[in-house]
Amino acid sequence: MRKSIDQINERIRDGNARVVTAEEMPKIVAELGEDGALKEVDVVTTGTFGAMCSSGAFLNFGHAEPPIRMERIWLNDVEAYGGLAAVDAYIGATQQSETRGEEYGGAHVIEDLVAGKAVSLRAISKGTDCYPRRTITTELLLEHLNQAIMCNPRNAYQRYNAAVNTTDRTLHTYMGTLLPSSGNVTFSGAGLLNPISNDPKLRLIGSGVPIFLCGAPGMVVGEGTQHSSAGGFSTLMVTGDLKQMSQDFLRAATMTGYGVTLYVGLGVPLPVIDKEVVRATAVRDEDISVDLIDYGIPSRNRPALRKVTYAELRSGSINLNGEEIRTSSLSSFRRARQVAETLKDWIKAGKMELSLPTRSIDPKRVVRPMHETVKTPRVLDIMDRNIVSIGEEEEIRTAALKLLKGETNHLPVVNSEGRLVGIVTTFDISKAVANPGKANLVRDIMKKKVITTTPDESVDVAVRKLEQHNISALPVVDGNNHVVAILTAINLGKLFGRWLK
Amino acid sequence: MKLLVNFSRGKGRKPIIAQAVRDTGVLITVERAVIDSSEGEALIDVPDDQCRLVRDKMTSLGADVRILEHGITFNESECVDCGACISICPRDVFSFDDEFRLRLAEERCILCGKCVDACPHDALTMPL
Ligand code: SF4
Ligand code: SF4
Repeated sequence: MRKSIDQINERIRDGNARVVTAEEMPKIVAELGEDGALKEVDVVTTGTFGAMCSSGAFLNFGHAEPPIRMERIWLNDVEAYGGLAAVDAYIGATQQSETRGEEYGGAHVIEDLVAGKAVSLRAISKGTDCYPRRTITTELLLEHLNQAIMCNPRNAYQRYNAAVNTTDRTLHTYMGTLLPSSGNVTFSGAGLLNPISNDPKLRLIGSGVPIFLCGAPGMVVGEGTQHSSAGGFSTLMVTGDLKQMSQDFLRAATMTGYGVTLYVGLGVPLPVIDKEVVRATAVRDEDISVDLIDYGIPSRNRPALRKVTYAELRSGSINLNGEEIRTSSLSSFRRARQVAETLKDWIKAGKMELSLPTRSIDPKRVVRPMHETVKTPRVLDIMDRNIVSIGEEEEIRTAALKLLKGETNHLPVVNSEGRLVGIVTTFDISKAVANPGKANLVRDIMKKKVITTTPDESVDVAVRKLEQHNISALPVVDGNNHVVAILTAINLGKLFGRWLK
Repeated sequence: MKLLVNFSRGKGRKPIIAQAVRDTGVLITVERAVIDSSEGEALIDVPDDQCRLVRDKMTSLGADVRILEHGITFNESECVDCGACISICPRDVFSFDDEFRLRLAEERCILCGKCVDACPHDALTMPL
């Protein structure tokens, strides 16, 4: 049996369509079987509500008198992109205010407009014969704009990896606050309610398909940026009319230490045309798994510690190496449900009809990393290979002499096998000399917790380590923890010249 | 009831909490304490009916004592029920109800402030 999209739309128009949410579907399929469910259900609604950084809106302000060709544009001190003719701008969600930093950004401008608040526009121009004006300042409400069209390049991620932090300091990431020593796990995504998880082969979701976007009827433009369906990370580019949106499903947010983002509510209604749709929409949280990624590693290739399902993540805690770790969602499951429920009400009331894609999204696409033509400097490019180290059993006096001779302030301490076990600085030695009698050996005064780098690490990562720990040198170690070089602020100075204060 | 005690350790280094326990006979639970060489701050929990007694004793010992009527301030209209705060709080103040709505057990809060930065929606603030 098959149902055509026209049959489904006819039932919607007649008010007879049977509409359920993706959360209700697994039970219905279990009870009625696939054939029964196909006959019974016409539409499955999905929903998600979470941080979607890649969002923004095109705004058209209309012409001023005398007219201006706006070149640089600010809305409440947040710069909007103005390289679009004279009076259009694109306000991106993550752009931060020039005066308020990460507490206010493009997402807040968008939310303020939707909330009916006045936003101040400031723009400058060089002035032309046809557009003589050079500056403009005015207060605008959403209703004053000709168009305000949300257009989000990358939304509705099919799923998202969960995050943990194995380092010993708190990390502030786009995955929220990650406590040290795997103190918590954060995750994002609506699991069984996610639109693409209910249509992983993208048979129903594609260009032109009607959606729920932040409380307004919207549409799928097509494949989203970074779309990678082969890896299970499909995304959508979507659009909708900002003027019809509601704050219930559109919220600005700040990830402390990371920046501004926009929480977007998005849902796609899926027409149940055949058994394959039934099967796909019967997906449960148990069936969707993601990698648990260690965000303590500052590289694109972060290791996955294990696989976790949305069912485990949503239960409140997961097991990692025998320990129960509490989980936190960053997206809101309650609001995702509200999206799916609202969409269900719309369709039951005949307010939205469905359609199949006018153009399909490639279900085999794989995302590629950036093509980099200029190599970023690595530690090995600037490290100092003339290292002076000291044995842990040696006397402090010997260390003092080495420091004097070596013109260095840091002595890596090694054990009898030559492995790094500590570090002493000029300060440690002076302290020991000033309080004689307490300690004799290097071992007694060395700092055992050494922050290190490796030859392959990028200089930017090493610099962050120096800043975070407020230190001025990093021993460079190989895979066996042998010290092969040292990286100091002086080496960095050579690289960056006046860049380092 | 929770009391926030601030003391400077400059004058005579009196063991204020220990002395208050001895003099009043009230058992004090120290919920959290930050003490460095010159000053300290402690959040203590005492039975409601004895809270004034303890406060007066500690004040007479030179501490600055404030009774905390409330835990963390929650602005429900900003909250989107994400749950980012849940795993951050050391005292399990936050949890979800059956409908995935955020619930607070405010009385457990020790005002450590950790959740304030963890909330992406500015829904949690320290009471003044
Ligand atoms: S202030 Fe600390 S104890 Fe209180 S709710 Fe926030 S995290 Fe929990
Ligand atoms: S982190 Fe903030 S918005 Fe999210 S549930 Fe907690 S209080 Fe609400």
